[in-house]
Amino acid sequence: MTSKMSDWWTQTHDSLYAQLGGEPAVDAAVDIFYRKVLSDDRISHFFEDVDMDKQAAKQKAFLTMAFGGPHHYTGQDMRRAHAHLIPRGLSDGHVNAVIENLASTLRELGVRDELIAQVGAIAESTRNDVLNR
Amino acid sequence: MPILSYGRDSWPIAEGQSVLDCLLERGIPVPHSCRSGLCQSCLMRAVDGTPPAAAQKGLRDSLKARNHFLACVCQPTENLAVASMEATAHDSSIPATVRGLELLNAEVMKVVLECHDPLDYRAGQFINLVRDAQLSRSYSLASVPEHDEHLHLHVRRVPQGRASRWVHEELRPGHRVDIRGPAGECFYTDGDKDQGLLLVGTGSGLAPLFGIARDALQRGHSGPIRLFHGSRDRRGLYLTRELRDLARSQPNFDYTPCLSGPEAPPGHARGRVHDIALQETGSLKNWRVYLCGHPEMVKSAKKHAFLAGASMKDIYADAFVVSPPGASDTN
Ligand SMILES: Cc1cc2nc3c(=O)[nH]c(=O)nc-3n(C[C@H](O)[C@H](O)[C@H](O)COP(=O)(O)OP(=O)(O)OC[C@H]3O[C@@H](n4cnc5c(N)ncnc54)[C@H](O)[C@@H]3O)c2cc1C
Ligand code: HEM
Ligand code: FES
Repeated sequence: MTSKMSDWWTQTHDSLYAQLGGEPAVDAAVDIFYRKVLSDDRISHFFEDVDMDKQAAKQKAFLTMAFGGPHHYTGQDMRRAHAHLIPRGLSDGHVNAVIENLASTLRELGVRDELIAQVGAIAESTRNDVLNR
Repeated sequence: MPILSYGRDSWPIAEGQSVLDCLLERGIPVPHSCRSGLCQSCLMRAVDGTPPAAAQKGLRDSLKARNHFLACVCQPTENLAVASMEATAHDSSIPATVRGLELLNAEVMKVVLECHDPLDYRAGQFINLVRDAQLSRSYSLASVPEHDEHLHLHVRRVPQGRASRWVHEELRPGHRVDIRGPAGECFYTDGDKDQGLLLVGTGSGLAPLFGIARDALQRGHSGPIRLFHGSRDRRGLYLTRELRDLARSQPNFDYTPCLSGPEAPPGHARGRVHDIALQETGSLKNWRVYLCGHPEMVKSAKKHAFLAGASMKDIYADAFVVSPPGASDTN
Protein backbone atom coordinates (compact mmCIF):
# COMPACT_ATOMS: atom_id res chain seq x y z
CA MET A 1 0.00 0.00 0.00
CA THR A 2 1.31 3.48 -0.77
CA SER A 3 1.41 5.82 2.14
CA LYS A 4 -1.52 7.86 0.79
CA MET A 5 -3.58 4.73 0.58
CA SER A 6 -2.64 3.60 4.06
CA ASP A 7 -3.63 7.03 5.39
CA TRP A 8 -6.95 6.59 3.67
CA TRP A 9 -7.26 3.11 5.11
CA THR A 10 -6.59 4.11 8.71
CA GLN A 11 -8.90 7.08 8.40
CA THR A 12 -11.81 5.02 7.20
CA HIS A 13 -11.18 1.82 9.12
CA ASP A 14 -10.20 2.42 12.71
CA SER A 15 -7.30 0.22 13.68
CA LEU A 16 -7.89 -2.48 16.27
CA TYR A 17 -5.90 -0.40 18.76
CA ALA A 18 -8.15 2.62 18.18
CA GLN A 19 -11.31 0.52 18.39
CA LEU A 20 -10.18 -0.84 21.74
CA GLY A 21 -9.63 2.70 23.00
CA GLY A 22 -5.87 3.16 22.57
CA GLU A 23 -3.53 3.87 25.45
CA PRO A 24 -6.22 4.59 28.08
CA ALA A 25 -7.62 1.13 27.36
CA VAL A 26 -4.19 -0.42 27.88
CA ASP A 27 -3.85 1.46 31.17
CA ALA A 28 -7.26 0.22 32.27
CA ALA A 29 -6.33 -3.35 31.39
CA VAL A 30 -2.83 -3.49 32.86
CA ASP A 31 -3.67 -3.88 36.56
CA ILE A 32 -6.56 -6.26 35.92
CA PHE A 33 -4.44 -8.45 33.67
CA TYR A 34 -1.40 -8.44 35.96
CA ARG A 35 -3.62 -9.31 38.95
CA LYS A 36 -4.97 -12.31 37.03
CA VAL A 37 -1.48 -13.45 36.07
CA LEU A 38 -0.23 -13.22 39.67
CA SER A 39 -3.24 -15.15 40.94
CA ASP A 40 -2.98 -17.89 38.30
CA ASP A 41 -1.08 -20.83 39.79
CA ARG A 42 -0.22 -22.16 36.35
CA ILE A 43 1.99 -19.17 35.51
CA SER A 44 2.43 -16.94 38.57
CA HIS A 45 5.84 -18.49 39.41
CA PHE A 46 7.34 -16.98 36.25
CA PHE A 47 6.52 -13.54 37.60
CA GLU A 48 7.27 -13.99 41.31
CA ASP A 49 10.92 -13.18 41.81
CA VAL A 50 11.15 -10.19 39.52
CA ASP A 51 10.72 -6.54 40.41
CA MET A 52 6.96 -5.86 40.38
CA ASP A 53 7.29 -2.31 39.02
CA LYS A 54 9.36 -3.47 36.09
CA GLN A 55 6.92 -6.30 35.54
CA ALA A 56 3.95 -3.94 35.46
CA ALA A 57 5.71 -1.87 32.77
CA LYS A 58 6.38 -5.04 30.78
CA GLN A 59 2.72 -6.04 31.05
CA LYS A 60 1.93 -2.72 29.46
CA ALA A 61 4.34 -3.53 26.64
CA PHE A 62 2.70 -6.92 26.22
CA LEU A 63 -0.82 -5.47 26.13
CA THR A 64 0.07 -2.69 23.71
CA MET A 65 1.47 -5.30 21.40
CA ALA A 66 -1.55 -7.59 21.68
CA PHE A 67 -3.92 -4.64 21.15
CA GLY A 68 -2.22 -3.92 17.83
CA GLY A 69 -0.78 -0.69 19.20
CA PRO A 70 2.46 1.07 18.29
CA HIS A 71 5.62 -0.80 19.34
CA HIS A 72 8.98 -1.74 17.89
CA TYR A 73 9.33 -5.31 19.09
CA THR A 74 10.48 -7.86 16.56
CA GLY A 75 10.14 -11.64 16.66
CA GLN A 76 13.80 -11.69 17.62
CA ASP A 77 13.06 -9.45 20.62
CA MET A 78 10.32 -11.85 21.74
CA ARG A 79 12.78 -14.73 21.51
CA ARG A 80 15.32 -12.86 23.61
CA ALA A 81 12.77 -11.63 26.18
CA HIS A 82 11.59 -15.17 26.91
CA ALA A 83 14.75 -17.22 26.31
CA HIS A 84 15.58 -17.34 30.03
CA LEU A 85 12.16 -18.88 30.73
CA ILE A 86 12.68 -21.88 28.42
CA PRO A 87 15.01 -23.71 30.84
CA ARG A 88 12.36 -23.06 33.51
CA GLY A 89 9.90 -25.10 31.46
CA LEU A 90 7.99 -22.44 29.48
CA SER A 91 5.57 -24.33 27.21
CA ASP A 92 2.40 -24.13 25.13
CA GLY A 93 0.27 -24.54 28.23
CA HIS A 94 1.69 -21.33 29.68
CA VAL A 95 1.06 -19.39 26.49
CA ASN A 96 -2.53 -20.68 26.52
CA ALA A 97 -2.91 -19.49 30.12
CA VAL A 98 -1.61 -16.02 29.25
CA ILE A 99 -3.99 -15.76 26.29
CA GLU A 100 -6.90 -16.93 28.49
CA ASN A 101 -6.13 -14.26 31.08
CA LEU A 102 -5.93 -11.70 28.32
CA ALA A 103 -9.38 -12.67 27.00
CA SER A 104 -10.99 -12.67 30.44
CA THR A 105 -9.48 -9.23 31.16
CA LEU A 106 -11.05 -7.86 28.00
CA ARG A 107 -14.38 -9.51 28.76
CA GLU A 108 -14.33 -7.89 32.19
CA LEU A 109 -13.82 -4.53 30.50
CA GLY A 110 -16.83 -5.15 28.27
CA VAL A 111 -14.95 -5.56 24.98
CA ARG A 112 -16.87 -7.22 22.11
CA ASP A 113 -16.07 -10.89 21.37
CA GLU A 114 -15.06 -10.06 17.82
CA LEU A 115 -12.30 -7.71 19.02
CA ILE A 116 -11.22 -10.15 21.72
CA ALA A 117 -10.71 -12.74 18.99
CA GLN A 118 -8.49 -10.32 17.06
CA VAL A 119 -6.38 -9.60 20.15
CA GLY A 120 -6.08 -13.33 20.78
CA ALA A 121 -4.90 -13.84 17.22
CA ILE A 122 -2.11 -11.27 17.59
CA ALA A 123 -0.89 -12.91 20.81
CA GLU A 124 -1.18 -16.31 19.13
CA SER A 125 1.01 -15.13 16.24
CA THR A 126 3.95 -14.67 18.64
CA ARG A 127 3.71 -18.17 20.11
CA ASN A 128 6.67 -19.74 18.28
CA ASP A 129 8.92 -16.77 19.00
CA VAL A 130 7.96 -16.69 22.68
CA LEU A 131 8.66 -20.43 22.93
CA ASN A 132 11.92 -20.04 20.97
CA ARG A 133 11.18 -22.69 18.38
CA MET B 1 18.16 23.45 17.58
CA PRO B 2 17.94 22.51 21.27
CA ILE B 3 21.13 21.39 23.01
CA LEU B 4 21.31 18.04 24.78
CA SER B 5 23.92 17.80 27.55
CA TYR B 6 25.18 14.66 29.24
CA GLY B 7 28.01 14.87 31.75
CA ARG B 8 30.56 17.24 30.24
CA ASP B 9 29.42 16.75 26.63
CA SER B 10 26.69 18.49 24.71
CA TRP B 11 25.30 18.29 21.21
CA PRO B 12 22.55 19.89 19.19
CA ILE B 13 19.63 17.49 18.93
CA ALA B 14 17.57 17.41 15.73
CA GLU B 15 13.86 18.08 15.94
CA GLY B 16 12.05 14.77 16.33
CA GLN B 17 15.16 12.89 17.47
CA SER B 18 14.88 11.11 20.81
CA VAL B 19 17.36 11.56 23.65
CA LEU B 20 17.91 7.80 23.52
CA ASP B 21 18.87 7.81 19.82
CA CYS B 22 21.06 10.88 20.21
CA LEU B 23 23.00 9.32 23.12
CA LEU B 24 23.31 5.90 21.46
CA GLU B 25 24.62 7.57 18.28
CA ARG B 26 27.36 9.15 20.40
CA GLY B 27 28.29 5.74 21.78
CA ILE B 28 26.82 6.36 25.23
CA PRO B 29 25.29 3.13 26.54
CA VAL B 30 21.73 3.67 27.76
CA PRO B 31 19.69 0.61 28.71
CA HIS B 32 16.63 0.26 26.50
CA SER B 33 14.25 -2.30 25.09
CA CYS B 34 10.88 -1.34 23.53
CA ARG B 35 11.79 2.14 22.22
CA SER B 36 8.13 3.03 22.51
CA GLY B 37 7.78 4.45 26.03
CA LEU B 38 6.34 1.24 27.42
CA CYS B 39 8.93 -0.84 29.23
CA GLN B 40 10.63 1.95 31.25
CA SER B 41 14.10 0.44 30.73
CA CYS B 42 15.41 3.77 29.45
CA LEU B 43 14.55 5.81 32.54
CA MET B 44 16.82 8.87 32.97
CA ARG B 45 16.73 12.13 34.93
CA ALA B 46 16.75 15.74 33.73
CA VAL B 47 19.24 17.70 35.82
CA ASP B 48 18.51 20.96 33.99
CA GLY B 49 15.53 21.87 31.81
CA THR B 50 12.10 20.28 31.76
CA PRO B 51 11.42 17.05 29.89
CA PRO B 52 8.35 17.19 27.60
CA ALA B 53 5.18 15.82 29.19
CA ALA B 54 5.03 13.01 26.61
CA ALA B 55 8.30 11.65 28.00
CA GLN B 56 6.78 11.28 31.49
CA LYS B 57 3.56 9.54 30.53
CA GLY B 58 2.89 6.46 32.62
CA LEU B 59 5.55 7.26 35.23
CA ARG B 60 4.56 7.31 38.88
CA ASP B 61 4.07 10.75 40.39
CA SER B 62 7.17 10.66 42.57
CA LEU B 63 9.36 9.99 39.51
CA LYS B 64 7.72 12.85 37.62
CA ALA B 65 8.24 15.13 40.60
CA ARG B 66 11.96 14.39 40.46
CA ASN B 67 12.25 15.07 36.70
CA HIS B 68 12.66 11.49 35.59
CA PHE B 69 11.67 10.71 32.02
CA LEU B 70 11.81 7.99 29.35
CA ALA B 71 14.65 8.70 26.93
CA CYS B 72 13.17 6.82 23.98
CA VAL B 73 10.10 9.05 23.77
CA CYS B 74 11.81 12.28 24.84
CA GLN B 75 12.10 14.68 21.93
CA PRO B 76 13.33 17.90 23.51
CA THR B 77 12.07 21.22 22.19
CA GLU B 78 14.32 23.21 24.55
CA ASN B 79 17.77 22.66 26.04
CA LEU B 80 17.98 19.67 28.31
CA ALA B 81 20.75 18.29 30.54
CA VAL B 82 20.31 14.64 31.41
CA ALA B 83 21.92 12.06 33.70
CA SER B 84 21.75 8.29 33.91
CA MET B 85 20.11 6.63 36.90
CA GLU B 86 23.54 5.45 38.05
CA ALA B 87 24.98 8.96 38.02
CA THR B 88 21.92 10.06 39.98
CA ALA B 89 22.67 7.50 42.67
CA HIS B 90 26.23 8.78 43.08
CA ASP B 91 25.66 12.46 43.70
CA SER B 92 28.54 14.15 45.48
CA SER B 93 28.63 14.29 49.24
CA ILE B 94 27.37 17.05 51.50
CA PRO B 95 28.86 17.85 54.93
CA ALA B 96 26.60 17.85 57.98
CA THR B 97 27.01 18.26 61.74
CA VAL B 98 25.42 15.96 64.33
CA ARG B 99 23.08 18.15 66.41
CA GLY B 100 21.42 15.53 68.54
CA LEU B 101 21.33 11.85 69.49
CA GLU B 102 18.42 10.37 71.39
CA LEU B 103 17.43 6.77 72.04
CA LEU B 104 13.79 6.25 71.01
CA ASN B 105 13.78 2.72 72.45
CA ALA B 106 16.46 0.19 73.39
CA GLU B 107 17.65 -0.23 69.83
CA VAL B 108 16.62 2.81 67.75
CA MET B 109 18.66 6.02 67.85
CA LYS B 110 17.24 9.28 66.58
CA VAL B 111 20.03 11.18 64.83
CA VAL B 112 19.59 14.89 64.19
CA LEU B 113 21.81 16.32 61.44
CA GLU B 114 22.33 19.89 60.35
CA CYS B 115 23.32 20.15 56.69
CA HIS B 116 25.87 22.81 55.86
CA ASP B 117 24.00 23.55 52.65
CA PRO B 118 20.22 23.36 52.54
CA LEU B 119 19.13 19.92 51.35
CA ASP B 120 16.19 19.75 48.98
CA TYR B 121 14.39 16.60 50.10
CA ARG B 122 10.99 15.10 50.85
CA ALA B 123 10.05 13.28 54.03
CA GLY B 124 10.37 9.53 53.38
CA GLN B 125 13.29 9.76 50.96
CA PHE B 126 16.63 8.46 52.20
CA ILE B 127 20.18 9.74 52.38
CA ASN B 128 23.41 7.80 52.50
CA LEU B 129 25.35 8.36 55.66
CA VAL B 130 29.08 8.05 55.01
CA ARG B 131 31.33 6.73 57.78
CA ASP B 132 34.46 6.64 55.62
CA ALA B 133 35.45 5.80 52.06
CA GLN B 134 34.75 2.12 52.73
CA LEU B 135 31.39 2.39 54.42
CA SER B 136 28.15 4.18 53.72
CA ARG B 137 24.58 3.14 54.54
CA SER B 138 21.11 4.33 53.58
CA TYR B 139 18.85 5.90 56.23
CA SER B 140 15.39 7.27 55.67
CA LEU B 141 14.30 10.80 56.52
CA ALA B 142 11.70 11.06 59.28
CA SER B 143 11.81 14.87 59.27
CA VAL B 144 9.56 17.16 57.23
CA PRO B 145 11.58 20.02 55.69
CA GLU B 146 8.86 22.66 56.14
CA HIS B 147 8.39 21.64 59.76
CA ASP B 148 11.67 20.38 61.20
CA GLU B 149 14.80 22.49 61.19
CA HIS B 150 17.23 19.58 60.80
CA LEU B 151 17.29 16.09 59.27
CA HIS B 152 16.01 13.28 61.48
CA LEU B 153 17.07 9.66 61.05
CA HIS B 154 16.07 6.57 63.04
CA VAL B 155 18.98 4.14 63.12
CA ARG B 156 18.26 0.68 64.47
CA ARG B 157 21.18 -1.10 66.05
CA VAL B 158 21.94 -4.32 64.19
CA PRO B 159 24.06 -7.07 65.86
CA GLN B 160 27.63 -6.68 64.54
CA GLY B 161 26.37 -3.88 62.31
CA ARG B 162 29.28 -1.70 61.24
CA ALA B 163 27.43 1.53 60.47
CA SER B 164 24.73 1.19 63.11
CA ARG B 165 27.28 0.38 65.86
CA TRP B 166 29.28 3.45 64.84
CA VAL B 167 26.15 5.60 65.06
CA HIS B 168 25.14 4.18 68.45
CA GLU B 169 28.54 4.10 70.12
CA GLU B 170 30.84 6.60 68.49
CA LEU B 171 28.86 9.49 67.06
CA ARG B 172 28.60 12.52 69.33
CA PRO B 173 26.85 15.86 68.99
CA GLY B 174 29.18 18.25 67.17
CA HIS B 175 30.78 15.52 65.03
CA ARG B 176 31.01 16.20 61.32
CA VAL B 177 29.78 13.57 58.87
CA ASP B 178 29.19 13.38 55.13
CA ILE B 179 25.90 12.46 53.54
CA ARG B 180 24.87 11.79 49.95
CA GLY B 181 21.45 12.09 48.38
CA PRO B 182 18.57 12.46 48.86
CA ALA B 183 17.21 9.55 46.82
CA GLY B 184 14.17 7.31 46.70
CA GLU B 185 10.58 7.51 45.56
CA CYS B 186 8.86 6.80 48.84
CA PHE B 187 7.26 10.15 49.65
CA TYR B 188 3.91 11.96 49.65
CA THR B 189 2.83 13.53 46.37
CA ASP B 190 0.07 16.09 46.11
CA GLY B 191 -2.61 14.64 43.93
CA ASP B 192 -5.86 13.20 45.12
CA LYS B 193 -6.25 14.66 48.62
CA ASP B 194 -9.21 12.38 49.40
CA GLN B 195 -7.37 9.17 48.59
CA GLY B 196 -6.80 6.78 51.48
CA LEU B 197 -3.15 6.33 52.53
CA LEU B 198 -2.06 3.02 54.02
CA LEU B 199 1.33 3.14 55.76
CA VAL B 200 2.90 -0.15 56.85
CA GLY B 201 6.34 -0.53 58.45
CA THR B 202 8.44 -2.79 60.61
CA GLY B 203 11.19 -1.68 63.02
CA SER B 204 12.94 1.51 61.93
CA GLY B 205 10.72 1.36 58.82
CA LEU B 206 8.66 3.75 60.92
CA ALA B 207 11.15 6.54 60.09
CA PRO B 208 9.96 7.29 56.53
CA LEU B 209 6.32 6.65 57.48
CA PHE B 210 6.45 9.08 60.40
CA GLY B 211 7.76 11.67 57.93
CA ILE B 212 5.23 10.84 55.20
CA ALA B 213 2.23 10.91 57.56
CA ARG B 214 3.18 14.31 58.96
CA ASP B 215 4.01 15.65 55.48
CA ALA B 216 0.60 14.53 54.16
CA LEU B 217 -1.23 16.09 57.12
CA GLN B 218 0.70 19.32 56.77
CA ARG B 219 -0.16 19.50 53.06
CA GLY B 220 -3.84 19.19 53.91
CA HIS B 221 -4.46 15.58 52.99
CA SER B 222 -8.12 14.94 53.80
CA GLY B 223 -8.55 11.20 53.11
CA PRO B 224 -7.89 8.60 55.80
CA ILE B 225 -4.24 8.03 56.76
CA ARG B 226 -3.75 4.68 58.48
CA LEU B 227 -0.39 3.82 60.00
CA PHE B 228 0.45 0.25 61.09
CA HIS B 229 3.78 -0.29 62.86
CA GLY B 230 4.98 -3.80 63.52
CA SER B 231 7.50 -5.37 65.86
CA ARG B 232 7.93 -8.66 67.66
CA ASP B 233 7.22 -7.23 71.10
CA ARG B 234 6.60 -3.89 72.76
CA ARG B 235 10.29 -3.10 73.14
CA GLY B 236 10.57 -2.72 69.35
CA LEU B 237 7.87 -0.04 69.15
CA TYR B 238 8.70 3.63 69.53
CA LEU B 239 7.16 7.10 69.20
CA THR B 240 3.96 5.47 70.47
CA ARG B 241 2.97 8.47 72.60
CA GLU B 242 3.54 10.94 69.74
CA LEU B 243 1.57 8.75 67.35
CA ARG B 244 -1.35 8.27 69.76
CA ASP B 245 -1.41 12.04 70.33
CA LEU B 246 -1.42 12.64 66.60
CA ALA B 247 -4.31 10.18 66.19
CA ARG B 248 -6.27 12.06 68.87
CA SER B 249 -5.68 15.48 67.33
CA GLN B 250 -6.11 14.55 63.66
CA PRO B 251 -9.49 12.96 62.88
CA ASN B 252 -8.32 11.39 59.60
CA PHE B 253 -5.18 9.76 61.09
CA ASP B 254 -5.07 6.49 63.00
CA TYR B 255 -2.28 4.37 64.38
CA THR B 256 -2.18 0.65 65.12
CA PRO B 257 0.89 -0.89 66.81
CA CYS B 258 1.11 -4.58 65.89
CA LEU B 259 3.01 -7.27 67.77
CA SER B 260 3.91 -10.54 66.08
CA GLY B 261 5.11 -12.24 69.31
CA PRO B 262 2.95 -14.37 71.62
CA GLU B 263 1.40 -11.51 73.56
CA ALA B 264 -0.43 -8.33 72.69
CA PRO B 265 -1.46 -6.07 75.58
CA PRO B 266 -4.60 -3.92 75.23
CA GLY B 267 -4.26 -1.23 72.57
CA HIS B 268 -2.09 -3.45 70.38
CA ALA B 269 -3.06 -5.77 67.52
CA ARG B 270 -1.60 -9.26 67.49
CA GLY B 271 -0.13 -10.70 64.29
CA ARG B 272 2.07 -9.76 61.37
CA VAL B 273 1.75 -6.09 60.60
CA HIS B 274 0.93 -6.41 56.89
CA ASP B 275 -1.65 -9.14 57.52
CA ILE B 276 -3.39 -6.91 60.05
CA ALA B 277 -3.16 -3.81 57.87
CA LEU B 278 -4.66 -5.56 54.87
CA GLN B 279 -7.40 -7.25 56.90
CA GLU B 280 -8.42 -4.03 58.63
CA THR B 281 -8.43 -1.92 55.49
CA GLY B 282 -10.21 -4.35 53.15
CA SER B 283 -10.33 -3.32 49.51
CA LEU B 284 -7.41 -1.08 48.54
CA LYS B 285 -8.99 0.14 45.32
CA ASN B 286 -7.96 3.80 44.96
CA TRP B 287 -5.68 3.66 48.01
CA ARG B 288 -2.07 4.73 48.02
CA VAL B 289 0.20 2.34 49.89
CA TYR B 290 3.62 2.94 51.50
CA LEU B 291 5.66 -0.05 52.67
CA CYS B 292 8.98 0.26 54.54
CA GLY B 293 11.32 -1.94 56.51
CA HIS B 294 12.01 -5.67 56.45
CA PRO B 295 12.53 -6.80 52.81
CA GLU B 296 10.39 -9.94 53.18
CA MET B 297 7.51 -7.92 54.64
CA VAL B 298 7.80 -5.34 51.86
CA LYS B 299 7.85 -7.96 49.13
CA SER B 300 4.89 -9.90 50.43
CA ALA B 301 2.87 -6.79 51.32
CA LYS B 302 3.47 -5.33 47.85
CA LYS B 303 1.97 -8.34 46.17
CA HIS B 304 -0.98 -8.58 48.55
CA ALA B 305 -1.72 -4.85 48.43
CA PHE B 306 -1.80 -5.09 44.66
CA LEU B 307 -4.07 -8.14 44.73
CA ALA B 308 -6.30 -6.28 47.23
CA GLY B 309 -6.94 -3.67 44.55
CA ALA B 310 -4.20 -1.02 44.87
CA SER B 311 -2.89 0.09 41.52
CA MET B 312 0.79 -0.66 40.90
CA LYS B 313 1.53 3.04 40.44
CA ASP B 314 0.09 3.77 43.87
CA ILE B 315 2.38 1.40 45.76
CA TYR B 316 5.54 2.99 47.14
CA ALA B 317 8.08 0.82 48.89
CA ASP B 318 11.52 0.94 50.48
CA ALA B 319 12.90 -2.43 51.45
CA PHE B 320 15.67 -1.92 54.03
CA VAL B 321 17.95 -4.32 52.20
CA VAL B 322 21.09 -5.18 54.14
CA SER B 323 24.49 -5.82 52.68
CA PRO B 324 25.57 -9.48 52.74
CA PRO B 325 27.88 -10.50 55.61
CA GLY B 326 31.51 -9.69 54.87
CA ALA B 327 30.86 -7.16 52.12
CA SER B 328 33.21 -4.28 52.83
CA ASP B 329 31.22 -1.59 51.08
CA THR B 330 27.85 -0.98 49.47
CA ASN B 331 25.85 1.65 47.66
C1 LIG C 1 16.50 2.45 51.08
C2 LIG C 1 16.97 2.04 52.45
C3 LIG C 1 16.57 2.77 53.55
C4 LIG C 1 16.97 2.40 54.83
N1 LIG C 1 16.54 3.13 55.90
C5 LIG C 1 16.90 2.75 57.15
C6 LIG C 1 16.43 3.49 58.30
O1 LIG C 1 15.72 4.49 58.18
N2 LIG C 1 16.80 3.05 59.53
C7 LIG C 1 17.60 1.94 59.70
O2 LIG C 1 17.90 1.60 60.86
N3 LIG C 1 18.06 1.24 58.63
C8 LIG C 1 17.74 1.62 57.37
N4 LIG C 1 18.21 0.91 56.30
C9 LIG C 1 19.19 -0.19 56.53
C10 LIG C 1 20.59 0.40 56.67
O3 LIG C 1 20.98 1.00 55.44
C11 LIG C 1 21.68 -0.63 57.01
O4 LIG C 1 21.61 -1.73 56.14
C12 LIG C 1 21.58 -1.14 58.44
O5 LIG C 1 21.68 -0.03 59.34
C13 LIG C 1 22.68 -2.16 58.75
O6 LIG C 1 23.95 -1.61 58.48
P1 LIG C 1 25.24 -1.94 59.36
O7 LIG C 1 26.44 -1.38 58.69
O8 LIG C 1 24.99 -1.53 60.77
O9 LIG C 1 25.29 -3.52 59.33
P2 LIG C 1 26.27 -4.43 58.43
O10 LIG C 1 27.67 -4.26 58.94
O11 LIG C 1 26.01 -4.13 57.00
O12 LIG C 1 25.73 -5.85 58.77
C14 LIG C 1 26.26 -6.62 59.85
C15 LIG C 1 25.64 -7.99 59.91
O13 LIG C 1 24.30 -7.90 60.39
C16 LIG C 1 23.41 -8.48 59.45
N5 LIG C 1 22.21 -7.63 59.47
C17 LIG C 1 22.08 -6.42 58.89
N6 LIG C 1 20.86 -5.91 59.12
C18 LIG C 1 20.21 -6.82 59.85
C19 LIG C 1 18.90 -6.86 60.38
N7 LIG C 1 18.02 -5.89 60.18
N8 LIG C 1 18.55 -7.95 61.11
C20 LIG C 1 19.42 -8.95 61.31
N9 LIG C 1 20.68 -8.96 60.81
C21 LIG C 1 21.06 -7.92 60.09
C22 LIG C 1 24.12 -8.46 58.14
O14 LIG C 1 23.68 -9.46 57.25
C23 LIG C 1 25.56 -8.66 58.57
O15 LIG C 1 25.83 -10.02 58.73
C24 LIG C 1 17.82 1.27 55.01
C25 LIG C 1 18.23 0.55 53.89
C26 LIG C 1 17.82 0.91 52.63
C27 LIG C 1 18.28 0.11 51.45
C1 HEM D 1 1.45 -14.85 24.43
C2 HEM D 1 2.45 -14.24 23.87
C3 HEM D 1 3.39 -13.33 24.64
C4 HEM D 1 3.76 -12.08 24.25
C5 HEM D 1 3.29 -11.31 23.00
C6 HEM D 1 4.68 -11.57 25.26
C7 HEM D 1 5.24 -10.32 25.22
C8 HEM D 1 6.18 -9.84 26.10
C9 HEM D 1 6.80 -8.55 26.04
C10 HEM D 1 6.52 -7.47 25.00
C11 HEM D 1 7.68 -8.46 27.07
C12 HEM D 1 8.60 -7.28 27.42
C13 HEM D 1 9.96 -7.45 26.81
C14 HEM D 1 10.94 -6.33 27.19
O1 HEM D 1 10.74 -5.18 26.82
O2 HEM D 1 11.91 -6.64 27.89
C15 HEM D 1 7.60 -9.71 27.81
C16 HEM D 1 8.33 -10.02 28.95
C17 HEM D 1 8.10 -11.12 29.74
N1 HEM D 1 7.26 -12.17 29.49
FE1 HEM D 1 6.07 -12.35 27.84
N2 HEM D 1 4.85 -12.52 26.24
C18 HEM D 1 4.09 -13.62 25.91
C19 HEM D 1 3.96 -14.80 26.63
C20 HEM D 1 4.56 -15.01 27.87
C21 HEM D 1 4.36 -16.20 28.68
C22 HEM D 1 3.49 -17.40 28.29
C23 HEM D 1 5.10 -16.02 29.82
C24 HEM D 1 5.22 -16.93 31.02
C25 HEM D 1 4.24 -17.59 31.54
C26 HEM D 1 5.76 -14.74 29.72
C27 HEM D 1 6.60 -14.21 30.67
C28 HEM D 1 7.30 -13.03 30.54
C29 HEM D 1 8.22 -12.53 31.54
C30 HEM D 1 8.57 -13.17 32.88
C31 HEM D 1 8.74 -11.33 31.02
C32 HEM D 1 9.70 -10.37 31.72
C33 HEM D 1 11.12 -10.66 31.46
C34 HEM D 1 11.95 -9.61 32.14
O3 HEM D 1 11.63 -9.23 33.28
O4 HEM D 1 12.90 -9.15 31.54
N3 HEM D 1 5.41 -14.17 28.52
N4 HEM D 1 6.67 -10.52 27.20
S1 FES E 1 13.06 1.73 25.79
FE1 FES E 1 11.18 1.00 26.60
S2 FES E 1 10.43 2.79 27.60
FE2 FES E 1 12.15 3.51 26.55
